[in-house]
Amino acid sequence: MASIKFNLNGKTQTVDAPGDMPLLWVLRDVLGMTGTKFGCGMALCGACTVHLEGSAIRSCQTAIQNVAGKNVTTIEGLSADASHPVQQAWIELDVPQCGYCQSGQIMTASALLAKNSKPTDADIDEVMRGNICRCGTYQSIRKAIHLAADIKARGGRA
Amino acid sequence: MKTLSTSNMITNVSRRGFFKATLGGAAGLALAFSLPEKSEAQFGGPGPATNKPNAYIHIGSDDKVTLTTIKAEMGQGPYTAIPMILAEELDCDWKNVSVVFAPVDPSVYGALQSVVGSQSIRTLWTPMRIIGATARAMLVEAAAQKWGVPATQVRTDAGFLVNTSTNARISYGSVAEAAANLPVPTNVAVKDPKNFRILGTPVKRLDTRDKVTGRTQFGMDARPAGLVYAVIERSPVFGGKVATLNAAKAKAVPGVKDVIQVPAGVAVIANSTWAALQGRKQLEITWDEGANGAVSSASISRMFADRTQQPGANARKAGDAAAVLASGAKRLDAVYEAPYLAHAAMEPMNCTAQVTADRCEIWAPSQMQTPSRDVAAMITGLPKDKVQFHSMFMGGGFGRRGRTDFVEDAVHVAKALNGTPVKVVWSREDDIQHDWYRPASYVKMSAALDASGMPSGFHADVACPPFPNVGPNGVSGTAVECYEQFVYDIPNINVDYHRPDTHVPVSFWRSVGWSQNTFFFESFIDELAAASGKDPVDFRRQMLAKSPRMLGVLNLAAEKGNWGKAPAGRTQGFAITNNIGSFTAQVAEISVTNGKLKVHKVVAAVDCGHIVNPAIIRAQIESGIVYGLAAALKGSITIDKGRVQQSNFNNYDVLRMDEMPEIEVYIVPSTEAPGGIGEASTPGTAPAVANAIFKATGKRLRSLPIRNQSLA
Repeated sequence: MASIKFNLNGKTQTVDAPGDMPLLWVLRDVLGMTGTKFGCGMALCGACTVHLEGSAIRSCQTAIQNVAGKNVTTIEGLSADASHPVQQAWIELDVPQCGYCQSGQIMTASALLAKNSKPTDADIDEVMRGNICRCGTYQSIRKAIHLAADIKARGGRA
Repeated sequence: MKTLSTSNMITNVSRRGFFKATLGGAAGLALAFSLPEKSEAQFGGPGPATNKPNAYIHIGSDDKVTLTTIKAEMGQGPYTAIPMILAEELDCDWKNVSVVFAPVDPSVYGALQSVVGSQSIRTLWTPMRIIGATARAMLVEAAAQKWGVPATQVRTDAGFLVNTSTNARISYGSVAEAAANLPVPTNVAVKDPKNFRILGTPVKRLDTRDKVTGRTQFGMDARPAGLVYAVIERSPVFGGKVATLNAAKAKAVPGVKDVIQVPAGVAVIANSTWAALQGRKQLEITWDEGANGAVSSASISRMFADRTQQPGANARKAGDAAAVLASGAKRLDAVYEAPYLAHAAMEPMNCTAQVTADRCEIWAPSQMQTPSRDVAAMITGLPKDKVQFHSMFMGGGFGRRGRTDFVEDAVHVAKALNGTPVKVVWSREDDIQHDWYRPASYVKMSAALDASGMPSGFHADVACPPFPNVGPNGVSGTAVECYEQFVYDIPNINVDYHRPDTHVPVSFWRSVGWSQNTFFFESFIDELAAASGKDPVDFRRQMLAKSPRMLGVLNLAAEKGNWGKAPAGRTQGFAITNNIGSFTAQVAEISVTNGKLKVHKVVAAVDCGHIVNPAIIRAQIESGIVYGLAAALKGSITIDKGRVQQSNFNNYDVLRMDEMPEIEVYIVPSTEAPGGIGEASTPGTAPAVANAIFKATGKRLRSLPIRNQSLA
């Protein structure tokens, strides 16, 4: 058991947890932040995606000890009011069905847009293929990423 | 405007206690109503007749409209679509509608609360219209009395009552209490569909915002105070039992609180899911595998084939197919096979439960609310009314959550914990290896073609494990779906069912028997068209003169999909389905390059009767196609040494973004009674793609998944 300090959604967070416990379970079971989802436990589905220093990572394969001193953003911290361009686009196009994978989809898509302000379909395929959606919302996700890029280009508002 | 009898369906329960409990004592008009008990043989036969109210609406003095829905939400949209029907007839302001999930209570909500079989809209369409119209009529009457005018002089306008002679306007909420004191009318007028202003429009889903902010409470997110976590190690061979257990090392893992045996296996209880998973790795268990430790997919396939050699039970008979097939006409024979499939919903199975001496509480992502409550009562020995069931949002269902095994697990563990709430979490490996699978199936088909090249006789021998039961005629209704219901006009038809039982648990999988049988049947129809030298769409069209709705979607899909005019380098395949009370046709457009398949596009046409929400319908048709395509391309659960060989998305892969075809959906305008939508498009995709592959390569695929077969 170790005391680990990191920055979570803009605030300093200290947790007591085994150093090898994945960030996913620290978020969900220790901190009670359930927006980040468990899907496969093997970095195969993307449901647990969060940002570590702005990059999309799989929290199920990221030991909490490796997060010490770093900046983590989860779906709860992406915006206070669903105003992130990706969230706006997701709402505008009603992307979610069951919705379970969507936190991860949104975190991957927002990290993509942070690095690539106008992704092509091929860019989207390459990055988003790591996020599984069993409801089959891929076509809507693709449209929503393009829309989010437009929203962002217009200054963040739909 | 049509008048419908409320026929004792509706009860004014504004003064009853359960509204106060649910709505915090809000005053206003509250109506309960009973649903006609519509049974589907597929789901175990008719339930007992009941007139007890089982859903309700409440209009508060604050103008808020609250609908308690008996349908849980797993992605298909009933959380939005059912309130739309109600709001339309109530003529309220959609912005004021909110929805809460019903608790399980048969005395209020009827014998079976469940979300299965694409039935939500089909079964609630008329009752929702009547209840909405009844509430509107009572509000109109209350306003008429207030103004001292006849009710005919009052009209409604999006949550307001308007005096047509003075143009005075008052809100629904302002007369809701007065309306609550009025008798329930025995007949009410429902709207003429041409006056609909909510139904038929792409109203935004009510659950989207929470789903893009991480706030939605799925089953996995239940966190009652004092929660502990558990995972269960299950026998790798279905039906096996623990022979020996050494839990010493598991109990030594930090965070592990206890290790106990439960009917499903060995439960490791810990202070986090992670600790429970770590503890489970340290369990030392030997299993008594029972009699099935040598069963394999190959042995199952051989057994199915053997069964078809033995006499079957007749599922469908018209004319004399045997005589036509023996008459020397042109004849085709083919054998098709499909593998077991896992559901692989994104949210692995889970359930949270708390059991004390006198009550049980359950938080579950379940398609079977009432049976979940009932099985918890059985396990705990508590009266059913001491079991409180919380419907949680489901991270996908697809039929998997129509079983209650994951609820039983949690209740057994919670019972041993004497009041401490516990969340039993399934890992993805547990989920894939201990599913209730879409059954494997083996079907032999034969057809005779007449002088004009059209089918004169058709025979099928279906071998597929039965569930949930076999009817008095010896036929499993789920196993012969599609063969029993296809609408092609073939004069002589015979379908026989052959029962093979295996130890592999099987159950409902999105579109059920249609999922494999439509692949078999619509591929075989394509074989017949090819043997006749006819265009596959023309061939089908000639057999659909008596089925105008099926013909309608066939023609629409062919037109919108540019049938016969595939872009250079691509080929097209076609298939139709008439499951769940709807009609669907699909054109798949593919290419095969150096043996590598690419599905470029799927164009679907659907006639699902009255359109409640076209955006949700489009989303569901897309969703069903993706689910069907994933299975067609990659889906296969195989058995070796009695156990499932796949374990996670690395070896049970599904469709991903880069494999996603473009999908176009066309909806037939209709005033027919609504059909289902959640399962409508799943069956047709595999045959449409396989038929396009035949066009491209000349190879006829008679088994799935496609990726196991050489297309070079």
